[in-house]
Amino acid sequence: MDAVWIALSLSLKVAGWATVLNIVLGISVGYFLARTRFFGRDLLDTLLTLPMVMPPTVLGYYLLVLVGRRSAFGSWLYESFGINLIFTWQGAVIAATVVAFPLVFKPARAAFESVDAELEQAARVLGVSEISIFFRVTLPLAWRGILAGVLLAFARALGEFGATLMVAGSIPGKTQTLSIAVYEAVQAGKDDTANMLVLITSVVCVVVLLTASRLAPGRVAERRR
Amino acid sequence: MLLDLDISKTMRSGQREFHLQLNYVSHGNRLVILGPSGSGKSLLLQMIAGLLTPDSGYLKLAGRTLFDQQQGINLTAQQRQVAFLFQNYALFPHLNVRQNIAFGLRRGLFNPRPQMASETVDYWLENFGLESVQEQKPHELSGGQRQRTALARALVTQPRALLLDEPFSALDPDLRIHMRKELRELQERLAVPLILITHDVDDVKAFSDETLCLKDGHIDCARQQIIQSSLAPLP
Repeated sequence: MDAVWIALSLSLKVAGWATVLNIVLGISVGYFLARTRFFGRDLLDTLLTLPMVMPPTVLGYYLLVLVGRRSAFGSWLYESFGINLIFTWQGAVIAATVVAFPLVFKPARAAFESVDAELEQAARVLGVSEISIFFRVTLPLAWRGILAGVLLAFARALGEFGATLMVAGSIPGKTQTLSIAVYEAVQAGKDDTANMLVLITSVVCVVVLLTASRLAPGRVAERRR
Repeated sequence: MLLDLDISKTMRSGQREFHLQLNYVSHGNRLVILGPSGSGKSLLLQMIAGLLTPDSGYLKLAGRTLFDQQQGINLTAQQRQVAFLFQNYALFPHLNVRQNIAFGLRRGLFNPRPQMASETVDYWLENFGLESVQEQKPHELSGGQRQRTALARALVTQPRALLLDEPFSALDPDLRIHMRKELRELQERLAVPLILITHDVDDVKAFSDETLCLKDGHIDCARQQIIQSSLAPLP
């Protein structure tokens, strides 16, 4: 029974951190792509959207190659800071972040593009600095669109399986998240544990989706009226 | 001398190119820039406000150099301290009337609170008869209230000049006449330099100190002290 709660809390920890990272990364990249024009912007957008369509195992393999200790980046991390990401919960966070990233940055880009540029100009003429304009005009107007994506990303990170398994493995109590624990329980024939895990996962996902749909732009506007 | 400029700018959109070439010195405290859409008058106003950078030349407003390509001067929109009234007012939809007016008074990363206390804001709310709607959002206001809110927001920071982009085009005819009079009186009371762009000859009549006519990015005519009775229909 304890194993179930440990898996759940680990999943929430991993998904929570992945969501925090994605809020920062997704909003920054979404804003950057919405507000700048450069050669190769569409290609960059496509590359960043790839995690949405690629098999998670393929992503996991890429991550292994990238941050594994035999890679240049991975060995640098280990030599310089003693950081090893493979088979750690931090590795699981990175896997979940990458997989859920398009779910934040895509709606964020769309939300930023829908903000009337004239409002930012009005703020500029009023003498307000660029960083203040972002936090006082752009972000508040784009926030509802972004928030729905953030919740979906959280749900996606919570259910991450393939890439996490490749990068972090399945160490009970350390990297064995809820979705991986379900697989292990079924493989081991522990039906009771599997049932419990599946039930918990379903409840959490329903709650997240309900919240997301309540926060969707149309719904909020309706209630405000 | 309100405006002294000699600027050029080329805009490209796909295959189309638009050249703006203007050289003008104004004399009065009120200048109306008249021209059809596509004449470059909006671009000129944006360049004065610092929202668009000319390719070359210089631009002085009320004796202050805002842009000089040769000297490498280009003040940001924030540094220019001008007020800009947008055609559709560009009121912040997520803030109420009081917050909109107080917007430029507040520095830092946070917006003014909905009930923020400020004597300056109170003054303008009273001046424009907006006290009763101060807690409403822009979409709940009438056209006249929106314009007054936008004007108050622009004037609250004590700008060096007031730039107006087709300020009356979104109003119905009766209100248009009323707001013209109101703005004219306000401008005289505050003695703030005013530049107004329009395609409406009636605006010229109401603010008739000095008129600059634009056509296809060039000066078409420049008449000072246009006498209302002799005002010929403009091209």
